[in-house]
Amino acid sequence: MFAAGSDPGANFGELLKRVGLSPFASHSDENDLDIPHATTCVAMRCSGGVVMAGDRRATSGNLISHRSMEKVVSADDFSGVAIAGAAGPAMEMIKLFQLQLEHYEKVEGQILSLEGKANQLSMFVRSNLPAAMQGLVVVPIFAGFDPSSKSGRLWDYDVTGGRYEEKDFVATGSGMLHASTVMRVAWRRDLAVDDAVKLCAKALWEASDADSATGGPDTLRGIYPVVASITKDGWSAISDEKLSQIYGEIAKEVGSR
Amino acid sequence: MSMPYYVPPEQFMKDRADYARKGIARGRTLVALQYENGIAIISENPSTTLYKISEIYDRIAFAGVGKYNEFDQLRVAGVRTADLKGYQFSRQDVDARSLANQYSQILSQMFSEGPKPMEVELLVAEIGGDASSDRLFHVLYDGTVLDEHNFSVLGGDSEAVLTRLKAEYKSQMSIKEAVAVAILALSGTERKLNHDELEVALLERNGRRRCFRRVEDPEIKAIIG
Repeated sequence: MFAAGSDPGANFGELLKRVGLSPFASHSDENDLDIPHATTCVAMRCSGGVVMAGDRRATSGNLISHRSMEKVVSADDFSGVAIAGAAGPAMEMIKLFQLQLEHYEKVEGQILSLEGKANQLSMFVRSNLPAAMQGLVVVPIFAGFDPSSKSGRLWDYDVTGGRYEEKDFVATGSGMLHASTVMRVAWRRDLAVDDAVKLCAKALWEASDADSATGGPDTLRGIYPVVASITKDGWSAISDEKLSQIYGEIAKEVGSR
Repeated sequence: MSMPYYVPPEQFMKDRADYARKGIARGRTLVALQYENGIAIISENPSTTLYKISEIYDRIAFAGVGKYNEFDQLRVAGVRTADLKGYQFSRQDVDARSLANQYSQILSQMFSEGPKPMEVELLVAEIGGDASSDRLFHVLYDGTVLDEHNFSVLGGDSEAVLTRLKAEYKSQMSIKEAVAVAILALSGTERKLNHDELEVALLERNGRRRCFRRVEDPEIKAIIG
Protein backbone atom coordinates (compact mmCIF):
# COMPACT_ATOMS: atom_id res chain seq x y z
CA MET A 1 0.00 0.00 0.00
CA PHE A 2 1.20 3.50 -0.81
CA ALA A 3 0.27 6.72 0.89
CA ALA A 4 -2.09 8.88 -1.08
CA GLY A 5 0.55 11.42 -2.10
CA SER A 6 3.14 8.89 -3.27
CA ASP A 7 0.89 6.43 -5.08
CA PRO A 8 2.47 5.69 -8.45
CA GLY A 9 -0.93 5.08 -10.03
CA ALA A 10 -0.69 3.25 -13.34
CA ASN A 11 2.94 4.25 -13.96
CA PHE A 12 5.09 1.08 -13.83
CA GLY A 13 8.37 2.98 -13.97
CA GLU A 14 7.32 4.98 -10.92
CA LEU A 15 6.24 1.73 -9.21
CA LEU A 16 9.69 0.23 -9.80
CA LYS A 17 11.24 3.34 -8.22
CA ARG A 18 8.95 3.14 -5.18
CA VAL A 19 9.87 -0.50 -4.50
CA GLY A 20 13.53 0.21 -5.08
CA LEU A 21 13.93 -1.73 -8.33
CA SER A 22 14.41 1.09 -10.80
CA PRO A 23 16.71 0.06 -13.65
CA PHE A 24 17.93 3.65 -13.95
CA ALA A 25 20.64 4.84 -11.62
CA SER A 26 19.11 7.04 -8.98
CA HIS A 27 20.44 10.52 -8.52
CA SER A 28 22.79 10.87 -5.64
CA ASP A 29 22.41 13.82 -3.26
CA GLU A 30 25.40 15.40 -4.90
CA ASN A 31 23.80 15.53 -8.33
CA ASP A 32 20.52 16.78 -6.91
CA LEU A 33 22.32 19.72 -5.38
CA ASP A 34 24.24 20.39 -8.58
CA ILE A 35 26.94 22.34 -6.81
CA PRO A 36 30.11 23.57 -8.50
CA HIS A 37 33.05 21.20 -8.43
CA ALA A 38 36.68 22.06 -8.69
CA THR A 39 38.89 19.57 -10.44
CA THR A 40 42.43 18.63 -11.33
CA CYS A 41 45.44 19.67 -9.27
CA VAL A 42 48.98 18.30 -9.34
CA ALA A 43 52.14 18.73 -7.27
CA MET A 44 55.65 17.36 -7.59
CA ARG A 45 58.94 17.51 -5.78
CA CYS A 46 61.87 18.91 -7.69
CA SER A 47 65.39 19.93 -6.93
CA GLY A 48 65.24 22.54 -4.15
CA GLY A 49 61.49 22.53 -3.60
CA VAL A 50 58.08 21.66 -4.95
CA VAL A 51 55.88 22.82 -7.81
CA MET A 52 52.09 22.88 -7.58
CA ALA A 53 49.52 23.46 -10.32
CA GLY A 54 45.78 23.41 -10.81
CA ASP A 55 43.39 24.11 -13.66
CA ARG A 56 40.87 26.96 -13.40
CA ARG A 57 37.58 25.24 -14.21
CA ALA A 58 34.66 24.56 -11.87
CA THR A 59 31.74 22.52 -13.17
CA SER A 60 28.14 21.91 -12.07
CA GLY A 61 27.16 18.67 -13.74
CA ASN A 62 27.93 19.18 -17.42
CA LEU A 63 27.96 22.98 -17.19
CA ILE A 64 31.01 25.13 -16.61
CA SER A 65 30.27 27.33 -13.62
CA HIS A 66 33.59 29.18 -13.32
CA ARG A 67 36.47 29.64 -15.72
CA SER A 68 38.94 31.39 -13.50
CA MET A 69 38.81 29.67 -10.13
CA GLU A 70 42.06 29.51 -8.17
CA LYS A 71 42.37 26.10 -6.58
CA VAL A 72 46.07 26.40 -5.84
CA VAL A 73 46.84 29.05 -3.27
CA SER A 74 49.64 29.81 -0.86
CA ALA A 75 48.85 28.73 2.68
CA ASP A 76 51.64 30.96 3.97
CA ASP A 77 55.03 32.09 2.61
CA PHE A 78 56.49 28.58 2.51
CA SER A 79 53.59 26.27 1.76
CA GLY A 80 50.66 25.93 -0.57
CA VAL A 81 47.46 24.00 -0.78
CA ALA A 82 45.61 22.68 -3.82
CA ILE A 83 42.03 21.53 -3.55
CA ALA A 84 39.71 19.38 -5.64
CA GLY A 85 36.09 18.66 -4.79
CA ALA A 86 33.00 20.66 -3.89
CA ALA A 87 34.04 24.26 -4.50
CA GLY A 88 32.19 25.91 -1.62
CA PRO A 89 33.51 23.80 1.26
CA ALA A 90 36.91 23.61 -0.46
CA MET A 91 37.34 27.37 -0.57
CA GLU A 92 36.12 27.69 3.00
CA MET A 93 38.63 25.05 4.06
CA ILE A 94 41.47 26.91 2.35
CA LYS A 95 40.44 30.18 4.00
CA LEU A 96 40.25 28.54 7.43
CA PHE A 97 43.59 26.82 6.91
CA GLN A 98 45.34 30.06 5.95
CA LEU A 99 43.81 31.78 8.96
CA GLN A 100 44.83 28.92 11.24
CA LEU A 101 48.48 29.15 10.17
CA GLU A 102 48.56 32.93 10.59
CA HIS A 103 46.71 32.78 13.92
CA TYR A 104 49.14 30.20 15.26
CA GLU A 105 52.10 32.26 14.13
CA LYS A 106 50.78 35.38 15.86
CA VAL A 107 49.64 33.78 19.11
CA GLU A 108 52.68 31.53 19.54
CA GLY A 109 55.20 33.97 18.10
CA GLN A 110 56.67 31.40 15.73
CA ILE A 111 55.75 29.56 12.56
CA LEU A 112 54.28 26.05 12.72
CA SER A 113 56.56 23.31 11.34
CA LEU A 114 55.72 21.97 7.86
CA GLU A 115 54.70 18.64 9.36
CA GLY A 116 52.50 20.49 11.85
CA LYS A 117 50.78 22.34 9.02
CA ALA A 118 50.15 19.08 7.13
CA ASN A 119 48.70 17.55 10.27
CA GLN A 120 46.46 20.55 10.85
CA LEU A 121 45.03 20.27 7.34
CA SER A 122 44.38 16.58 7.97
CA MET A 123 42.14 17.54 10.89
CA PHE A 124 40.20 19.97 8.72
CA VAL A 125 39.59 17.28 6.10
CA ARG A 126 38.50 14.85 8.80
CA SER A 127 36.05 17.33 10.26
CA ASN A 128 34.49 17.63 6.80
CA LEU A 129 33.72 13.88 6.77
CA PRO A 130 29.97 14.17 7.53
CA ALA A 131 29.60 16.59 4.62
CA ALA A 132 31.76 14.31 2.45
CA MET A 133 29.33 11.44 3.15
CA GLN A 134 26.63 13.57 1.55
CA GLY A 135 28.71 14.19 -1.53
CA LEU A 136 30.55 17.38 -0.53
CA VAL A 137 33.94 15.73 -0.86
CA VAL A 138 37.05 17.88 -0.44
CA VAL A 139 40.45 16.35 -1.21
CA PRO A 140 43.47 18.63 -0.87
CA ILE A 141 47.16 18.36 -1.65
CA PHE A 142 49.53 20.12 0.69
CA ALA A 143 53.11 20.99 -0.28
CA GLY A 144 55.83 23.23 1.01
CA PHE A 145 59.49 23.87 1.62
CA ASP A 146 60.76 22.32 4.83
CA PRO A 147 63.57 24.45 6.27
CA SER A 148 64.67 21.61 8.57
CA SER A 149 65.34 19.16 5.71
CA LYS A 150 66.00 21.96 3.18
CA SER A 151 63.81 20.24 0.61
CA GLY A 152 60.31 20.26 -0.75
CA ARG A 153 57.75 17.90 0.77
CA LEU A 154 54.23 17.03 -0.25
CA TRP A 155 51.20 15.25 1.14
CA ASP A 156 47.91 14.04 -0.23
CA TYR A 157 44.79 13.23 1.76
CA ASP A 158 41.75 11.00 1.56
CA VAL A 159 38.21 12.06 2.54
CA THR A 160 38.62 10.65 6.06
CA GLY A 161 41.57 12.92 6.76
CA GLY A 162 44.17 10.21 6.07
CA ARG A 163 47.48 11.93 5.38
CA TYR A 164 50.09 10.37 3.09
CA GLU A 165 53.46 11.87 2.39
CA GLU A 166 54.55 11.36 -1.23
CA LYS A 167 58.15 11.17 -2.33
CA ASP A 168 57.67 12.07 -5.99
CA PHE A 169 54.43 13.55 -7.32
CA VAL A 170 50.70 13.48 -6.75
CA ALA A 171 47.47 14.43 -8.53
CA THR A 172 43.93 14.92 -7.29
CA GLY A 173 40.53 15.54 -8.89
CA SER A 174 38.71 14.11 -11.89
CA GLY A 175 41.67 14.40 -14.27
CA MET A 176 44.12 12.84 -11.83
CA LEU A 177 44.61 9.60 -13.78
CA HIS A 178 45.68 11.34 -16.98
CA ALA A 179 47.76 13.93 -15.16
CA SER A 180 49.61 11.37 -13.07
CA THR A 181 50.37 9.18 -16.10
CA VAL A 182 52.09 12.14 -17.75
CA MET A 183 54.07 12.84 -14.60
CA ARG A 184 54.90 9.16 -14.08
CA VAL A 185 56.55 8.97 -17.50
CA ALA A 186 58.65 12.12 -17.26
CA TRP A 187 59.27 12.77 -13.56
CA ARG A 188 62.87 12.60 -12.33
CA ARG A 189 64.10 13.21 -8.81
CA ASP A 190 66.48 15.98 -9.86
CA LEU A 191 64.17 18.00 -12.12
CA ALA A 192 65.05 21.68 -12.12
CA VAL A 193 62.24 24.00 -10.98
CA ASP A 194 61.68 25.28 -14.54
CA ASP A 195 61.37 21.74 -15.93
CA ALA A 196 58.99 20.77 -13.13
CA VAL A 197 56.84 23.80 -14.02
CA LYS A 198 56.73 22.64 -17.66
CA LEU A 199 55.89 19.08 -16.66
CA CYS A 200 53.03 20.26 -14.42
CA ALA A 201 51.67 22.44 -17.24
CA LYS A 202 51.83 19.50 -19.59
CA ALA A 203 50.17 17.12 -17.12
CA LEU A 204 47.27 19.54 -16.75
CA TRP A 205 46.99 19.94 -20.51
CA GLU A 206 46.79 16.19 -21.08
CA ALA A 207 44.19 15.93 -18.30
CA SER A 208 42.09 18.70 -19.85
CA ASP A 209 42.38 17.01 -23.24
CA ALA A 210 40.82 13.80 -21.95
CA ASP A 211 38.63 14.95 -19.05
CA SER A 212 35.75 17.36 -19.68
CA ALA A 213 35.73 18.66 -16.10
CA THR A 214 39.33 19.87 -16.33
CA GLY A 215 39.95 23.21 -17.99
CA GLY A 216 42.81 23.69 -20.42
CA PRO A 217 44.73 26.88 -21.16
CA ASP A 218 42.14 29.45 -22.31
CA THR A 219 44.13 31.49 -24.80
CA LEU A 220 41.12 33.51 -25.99
CA ARG A 221 40.62 34.97 -22.51
CA GLY A 222 44.23 34.66 -21.41
CA ILE A 223 43.29 32.37 -18.51
CA TYR A 224 46.04 29.87 -17.67
CA PRO A 225 46.31 27.27 -14.91
CA VAL A 226 47.78 28.45 -11.62
CA VAL A 227 51.33 27.14 -11.36
CA ALA A 228 53.60 28.01 -8.44
CA SER A 229 56.94 26.91 -7.09
CA ILE A 230 57.92 26.84 -3.42
CA THR A 231 61.63 26.88 -2.67
CA LYS A 232 63.90 28.28 0.03
CA ASP A 233 62.93 31.74 -1.26
CA GLY A 234 59.27 31.00 -0.59
CA TRP A 235 56.13 30.89 -2.68
CA SER A 236 56.39 32.19 -6.22
CA ALA A 237 53.55 32.07 -8.75
CA ILE A 238 54.53 31.60 -12.40
CA SER A 239 53.39 34.59 -14.49
CA ASP A 240 50.78 34.29 -17.24
CA GLU A 241 53.34 35.46 -19.82
CA LYS A 242 55.64 32.60 -18.91
CA LEU A 243 52.74 30.10 -18.95
CA SER A 244 51.56 31.40 -22.32
CA GLN A 245 55.04 30.71 -23.64
CA ILE A 246 55.11 27.20 -22.12
CA TYR A 247 51.71 26.37 -23.61
CA GLY A 248 52.91 27.75 -26.95
CA GLU A 249 55.69 25.16 -26.90
CA ILE A 250 53.24 22.42 -25.90
CA ALA A 251 50.94 23.46 -28.80
CA LYS A 252 53.85 23.18 -31.22
CA GLU A 253 54.76 19.74 -29.90
CA VAL A 254 51.13 18.57 -30.09
CA GLY A 255 50.79 19.99 -33.63
CA SER A 256 53.82 18.03 -34.79
CA ARG A 257 52.50 14.66 -33.56
CA MET B 1 32.50 42.70 65.41
CA SER B 2 34.69 44.72 63.11
CA MET B 3 33.36 47.62 61.09
CA PRO B 4 34.45 47.90 57.47
CA TYR B 5 36.74 50.91 57.03
CA TYR B 6 35.31 53.81 55.11
CA VAL B 7 37.63 54.64 52.21
CA PRO B 8 36.66 57.75 50.25
CA PRO B 9 36.47 57.05 46.50
CA GLU B 10 39.22 59.60 45.77
CA GLN B 11 41.58 57.74 48.08
CA PHE B 12 40.57 54.35 46.64
CA MET B 13 41.31 55.48 43.08
CA LYS B 14 44.56 57.14 44.09
CA ASP B 15 45.81 54.01 45.86
CA ARG B 16 45.05 51.86 42.84
CA ALA B 17 46.63 54.33 40.43
CA ASP B 18 49.78 54.51 42.59
CA TYR B 19 49.96 50.73 42.67
CA ALA B 20 49.66 50.45 38.88
CA ARG B 21 52.10 53.29 38.23
CA LYS B 22 54.71 51.76 40.53
CA GLY B 23 54.43 48.45 38.69
CA ILE B 24 54.79 50.12 35.30
CA ALA B 25 57.70 52.28 36.43
CA ARG B 26 59.71 49.15 37.23
CA GLY B 27 59.78 48.24 33.52
CA ARG B 28 61.72 49.82 30.66
CA THR B 29 60.39 52.52 28.37
CA LEU B 30 59.14 52.03 24.81
CA VAL B 31 59.01 54.50 21.93
CA ALA B 32 56.94 54.45 18.75
CA LEU B 33 57.42 57.00 16.01
CA GLN B 34 56.47 57.61 12.41
CA TYR B 35 59.28 57.45 9.86
CA GLU B 36 59.24 57.84 6.07
CA ASN B 37 57.91 54.36 5.39
CA GLY B 38 55.57 53.68 8.31
CA ILE B 39 55.87 53.33 12.06
CA ALA B 40 58.93 52.15 13.99
CA ILE B 41 58.55 50.76 17.51
CA ILE B 42 61.68 50.55 19.64
CA SER B 43 62.20 49.40 23.18
CA GLU B 44 64.86 48.42 25.61
CA ASN B 45 64.53 44.67 25.99
CA PRO B 46 67.43 42.42 26.96
CA SER B 47 65.39 39.28 26.20
CA THR B 48 65.40 37.95 22.64
CA THR B 49 62.37 35.73 23.11
CA LEU B 50 59.98 37.56 25.43
CA TYR B 51 58.74 40.30 23.14
CA LYS B 52 57.07 43.58 24.04
CA ILE B 53 56.14 44.34 20.45
CA SER B 54 54.13 42.01 18.24
CA GLU B 55 51.79 41.63 15.32
CA ILE B 56 48.04 41.81 15.81
CA TYR B 57 46.80 41.99 12.24
CA ASP B 58 47.76 42.98 8.70
CA ARG B 59 48.35 46.67 9.49
CA ILE B 60 48.17 46.65 13.28
CA ALA B 61 50.93 46.21 15.83
CA PHE B 62 50.73 45.85 19.60
CA ALA B 63 53.23 46.96 22.21
CA GLY B 64 53.05 46.63 25.95
CA VAL B 65 55.13 47.75 28.90
CA GLY B 66 54.87 46.78 32.55
CA LYS B 67 54.09 43.29 33.74
CA TYR B 68 54.89 40.79 30.96
CA ASN B 69 52.27 38.15 31.74
CA GLU B 70 49.52 40.77 31.90
CA PHE B 71 50.23 42.51 28.60
CA ASP B 72 50.90 39.19 26.88
CA GLN B 73 47.44 38.01 27.92
CA LEU B 74 46.01 41.21 26.44
CA ARG B 75 48.06 40.69 23.24
CA VAL B 76 46.59 37.21 22.71
CA ALA B 77 43.09 38.56 23.39
CA GLY B 78 43.74 41.20 20.71
CA VAL B 79 44.91 38.65 18.13
CA ARG B 80 41.80 36.57 18.82
CA THR B 81 39.42 39.51 18.49
CA ALA B 82 41.09 40.71 15.29
CA ASP B 83 41.20 37.28 13.61
CA LEU B 84 37.59 36.58 14.53
CA LYS B 85 36.42 39.92 13.21
CA GLY B 86 38.37 39.48 9.98
CA TYR B 87 36.92 36.00 9.48
CA GLN B 88 33.37 37.03 10.27
CA PHE B 89 33.39 40.21 8.17
CA SER B 90 36.33 41.26 6.04
CA ARG B 91 40.01 41.91 6.62
CA GLN B 92 39.55 45.63 6.03
CA ASP B 93 37.00 45.85 8.84
CA VAL B 94 39.65 45.18 11.48
CA ASP B 95 40.87 48.51 12.84
CA ALA B 96 43.04 49.83 15.65
CA ARG B 97 40.42 52.19 17.06
CA SER B 98 37.98 49.46 18.00
CA LEU B 99 40.79 47.30 19.39
CA ALA B 100 42.04 50.20 21.51
CA ASN B 101 38.49 50.71 22.78
CA GLN B 102 38.22 47.07 23.75
CA TYR B 103 41.52 47.22 25.61
CA SER B 104 40.27 50.34 27.34
CA GLN B 105 37.12 48.52 28.45
CA ILE B 106 39.12 45.63 29.91
CA LEU B 107 41.65 47.87 31.66
CA SER B 108 39.09 50.25 33.12
CA GLN B 109 37.01 47.38 34.41
CA MET B 110 40.06 45.78 36.01
CA PHE B 111 41.06 49.15 37.45
CA SER B 112 37.79 49.85 39.22
CA GLU B 113 36.34 46.39 39.85
CA GLY B 114 39.17 43.88 39.60
CA PRO B 115 41.15 42.47 42.53
CA LYS B 116 44.05 44.69 41.43
CA PRO B 117 44.60 47.04 38.50
CA MET B 118 46.71 45.71 35.63
CA GLU B 119 50.24 47.08 35.71
CA VAL B 120 50.47 47.74 31.99
CA GLU B 121 50.41 50.45 29.37
CA LEU B 122 49.58 49.49 25.80
CA LEU B 123 50.09 50.87 22.35
CA VAL B 124 47.90 49.91 19.41
CA ALA B 125 49.52 51.20 16.22
CA GLU B 126 48.08 51.03 12.74
CA ILE B 127 49.44 52.21 9.41
CA GLY B 128 47.19 53.48 6.66
CA GLY B 129 47.79 54.27 3.02
CA ASP B 130 49.83 57.35 3.89
CA ALA B 131 51.37 58.99 6.95
CA SER B 132 48.27 61.08 7.67
CA SER B 133 46.13 57.97 8.19
CA ASP B 134 48.56 56.29 10.61
CA ARG B 135 47.16 55.79 14.11
CA LEU B 136 48.84 55.57 17.50
CA PHE B 137 46.48 54.70 20.36
CA HIS B 138 48.07 54.76 23.78
CA VAL B 139 45.99 52.99 26.44
CA LEU B 140 46.78 53.62 30.12
CA TYR B 141 46.38 51.26 33.10
CA ASP B 142 43.00 52.82 34.03
CA GLY B 143 41.55 52.54 30.52
CA THR B 144 42.28 56.09 29.40
CA VAL B 145 42.79 56.13 25.62
CA LEU B 146 45.09 58.73 24.11
CA ASP B 147 45.03 59.31 20.35
CA GLU B 148 48.62 60.37 19.71
CA HIS B 149 50.30 61.84 16.66
CA ASN B 150 53.77 61.30 15.17
CA PHE B 151 55.16 59.58 18.25
CA SER B 152 54.22 57.92 21.51
CA VAL B 153 56.14 57.02 24.65
CA LEU B 154 55.10 54.28 27.05
CA GLY B 155 56.34 53.17 30.42
CA GLY B 156 58.47 54.05 33.39
CA ASP B 157 60.60 57.06 32.60
CA SER B 158 58.21 58.37 29.95
CA GLU B 159 58.33 62.11 30.81
CA ALA B 160 62.07 62.49 30.38
CA VAL B 161 62.05 60.29 27.27
CA LEU B 162 59.17 62.28 25.79
CA THR B 163 61.01 65.58 26.34
CA ARG B 164 64.10 64.26 24.54
CA LEU B 165 62.02 62.74 21.72
CA LYS B 166 60.05 65.98 21.18
CA ALA B 167 63.29 67.90 20.79
CA GLU B 168 64.76 65.50 18.23
CA TYR B 169 61.74 64.30 16.22
CA LYS B 170 61.44 65.33 12.56
CA SER B 171 58.86 64.11 10.08
CA GLN B 172 59.92 61.88 7.14
CA MET B 173 63.03 60.48 8.85
CA SER B 174 64.79 57.50 7.33
CA ILE B 175 64.74 54.28 9.36
CA LYS B 176 68.37 54.94 10.43
CA GLU B 177 67.54 58.43 11.70
CA ALA B 178 64.34 57.26 13.38
CA VAL B 179 66.09 54.48 15.29
CA ALA B 180 68.92 56.84 16.28
CA VAL B 181 66.43 59.43 17.59
CA ALA B 182 64.52 56.73 19.48
CA ILE B 183 67.69 55.34 21.07
CA LEU B 184 68.83 58.80 22.11
CA ALA B 185 65.42 59.47 23.63
CA LEU B 186 65.44 56.14 25.49
CA SER B 187 68.98 56.30 26.81
CA GLY B 188 69.69 59.99 27.29
CA THR B 189 73.19 61.27 26.67
CA GLU B 190 75.01 59.64 29.58
CA ARG B 191 74.08 56.03 28.73
CA LYS B 192 74.78 54.02 25.58
CA LEU B 193 72.41 51.29 24.33
CA ASN B 194 73.77 48.26 22.52
CA HIS B 195 72.02 46.47 19.65
CA ASP B 196 71.47 43.37 21.78
CA GLU B 197 69.60 45.39 24.40
CA LEU B 198 67.05 46.60 21.89
CA GLU B 199 63.85 45.26 20.42
CA VAL B 200 62.81 46.85 17.14
CA ALA B 201 59.74 46.18 15.00
CA LEU B 202 58.25 48.03 12.06
CA LEU B 203 54.91 48.54 10.42
CA GLU B 204 56.05 49.13 6.85
CA ARG B 205 54.16 50.46 3.87
CA ASN B 206 55.57 47.58 1.82
CA GLY B 207 52.67 46.90 -0.54
CA ARG B 208 52.13 43.50 1.02
CA ARG B 209 49.17 42.33 3.05
CA ARG B 210 51.07 41.88 6.30
CA CYS B 211 52.98 45.04 7.16
CA PHE B 212 54.47 44.00 10.50
CA ARG B 213 58.13 43.05 10.52
CA ARG B 214 60.40 42.24 13.44
CA VAL B 215 63.89 43.62 12.90
CA GLU B 216 66.33 40.89 13.88
CA ASP B 217 69.54 41.49 15.80
CA PRO B 218 72.03 41.60 12.87
CA GLU B 219 69.83 44.12 11.08
CA ILE B 220 69.54 46.31 14.19
CA LYS B 221 73.32 46.25 14.38
CA ALA B 222 73.55 47.33 10.74
CA ILE B 223 70.99 50.14 11.25
CA ILE B 224 72.76 51.50 14.31
CA GLY B 225 76.05 51.22 12.45
